Amino acid sequence: MNTVAEHVAPVAGLPEAEIKVETPFRRFAAAFLDSKVATVALVVLGILIFMAVFASLISPTNPYDLAKVSIMDSKMPPGSASLDGMTFWLGTDGAGRDLVSAMIYGLRISLGVGVMSGIVAMAIGASVGLIAAYFGGRTENFIMRIVDIQLSFPSILVALILLAVLGKGVDKIIIALIIVQWAYYARTVRGSALVERNKEYIEAATCLAIGHKRILFRHLLPNCLPPLIVVGTIQTAHAISLEATLSFLGVGLPVSEPSLGLLISNGFDYMLSGKYWISFFPGVALLVTIVSINLVGDQLRDVLNPRLER
Amino acid sequence: MTVFIIRRLMQSVLVVFVMSFLVFGGVNLVGDPVEMMVSDEADQEERERVIKSMGLDKPWYVQYGLFVTNAVQGDLGKSFVYGEQALGIIVHRMPATFELALAALLMAVVIGIPLGVFAGLRPEARTSKVIMTGSILGFSLPTFWVGLMFIMIFAVMLGWLPSTGRGETVPLMGISVSFLTMDGLAHLLLPAVNLALFKISLVIRLARAGTREIVHQDYIKFARAKGLTTQRVIMVHLMKNIMIPVVTVLGLEFGGLIAFSVVTETVFAWPGMGKLIIDSIQGLDRPVIVAYLMIIVMVFVVINLLVDVLYSILDPRVRLQDVKG
Repeated sequence: MNTVAEHVAPVAGLPEAEIKVETPFRRFAAAFLDSKVATVALVVLGILIFMAVFASLISPTNPYDLAKVSIMDSKMPPGSASLDGMTFWLGTDGAGRDLVSAMIYGLRISLGVGVMSGIVAMAIGASVGLIAAYFGGRTENFIMRIVDIQLSFPSILVALILLAVLGKGVDKIIIALIIVQWAYYARTVRGSALVERNKEYIEAATCLAIGHKRILFRHLLPNCLPPLIVVGTIQTAHAISLEATLSFLGVGLPVSEPSLGLLISNGFDYMLSGKYWISFFPGVALLVTIVSINLVGDQLRDVLNPRLER
Repeated sequence: MTVFIIRRLMQSVLVVFVMSFLVFGGVNLVGDPVEMMVSDEADQEERERVIKSMGLDKPWYVQYGLFVTNAVQGDLGKSFVYGEQALGIIVHRMPATFELALAALLMAVVIGIPLGVFAGLRPEARTSKVIMTGSILGFSLPTFWVGLMFIMIFAVMLGWLPSTGRGETVPLMGISVSFLTMDGLAHLLLPAVNLALFKISLVIRLARAGTREIVHQDYIKFARAKGLTTQRVIMVHLMKNIMIPVVTVLGLEFGGLIAFSVVTETVFAWPGMGKLIIDSIQGLDRPVIVAYLMIIVMVFVVINLLVDVLYSILDPRVRLQDVKG
């Protein structure tokens, strides 16, 4: 079947771009790529996610394979060679692990914890926020009062209280990050849902006697998504930073799950003797991750905000 | 107005009560302090004596009841580690934390406002762009990592400033402070800048936004037309007006500084409340954890209450809305 080619052939003289149908997604993508900085940030973020997902394939060594790690290689400066001839581009840490590998695995844990807690917090916060906006009255008052009270405490304090109570562990820190974050999502969704609730399509849906659940999640939620996505990106960066901070303080992840924050914390002990690289490079990786997520989030906000549309 | 304050007061009491329950209940589920207090060789009798002396043999609700009764009287239990009143230990550490937070606040104003005003007056200048990029970094950089880099650069590589501790302190009205001695100031500088970094970025943004709005106001044009020097226009007419949002936000953020001092104090081994709580969490020193959390919750409840009441005095709409709702 070559009919498609034949049909297209007569207009082949036109530039390709004009044949493309302008879908909302394409318009969105074009607007997003308008900013060079944001594009670079998106590419960097893509690479980081790729590295985190395929950590075991990419990283030069498996830093947690005890058979491969030699204590003889510990605290080597960047660029030095190991006993069996491999180059440690960024040096090794106190236990003789290759820092590049440790960072790639650490990135996986940091991103994993951040994204995981972000998704669950978003699901909870969005549901609660929708319910508050849709039902109003006492329900709304009650929910928003809790949100207000929680947001009046700094997130690090809430997380610290929770972790002091819960103890260490991956599951514990994810729970703590979820509890810290849900209120932001709830407030965001409620804000946009309050506006959407009074529009005709919701009225129409109500007249059709569609169930509350269906109206909430099939009609109201999709229309509240844009601000939710923006808050989601920024909050994920915040969660990653918070996890690193808590792990550094020794109340976050256990030693068996070395995120970037824990790597930095381990290097702290050697810093005073001038061995800067053990803390420095994981910190740079953390910084690049957070900044690129924030830049992508900023651009998303500009693109998705209808008030700024040109 | 009175109704509003009473409502807010009741809410605050409720928050404190709920928190006390959560904190006490939660902390008692974690770890076993007996294991840490009793040596491995101790026999059963010795163990039981320790359990009794710490009141751990009673059911949890009795422990909680005792805790509340004692807490109201200012007795939050004895530290397992220090053997002193937990409240006393925390109060003893408080001046160090407040000194650090106040120094950071001062720094945010002293550094943030000039930079922000400059960026606002010349938004297109290269320097302004550098300032604004710097403020984005200030928001993104994790505080603890910046602290480590400060230590690495200024203490290890250059050797200019000490990296840990509080330095020499002198008593001032019964409170020991370190900003009156040179040694104390040297110790204070790095932690204070570190803690202030986030707030400096915030103040830069506020001052810049304020400046850009205000330079176009008629009274600035009039002051210029009157022939006043640029210096006087900026220092008097402009500055007074951008201070309003800056002061409001900084007041609100003071609590945040105290909370974040946990991080800075740990990095710089600053002997304040934040370092204490981290040490206590690691040592499972329950009375100190509970006492710290209760005190910090109280501090925040009081700050939030004051802010809300002040707002309702300044803006009647807040108060009306709340009474209706």
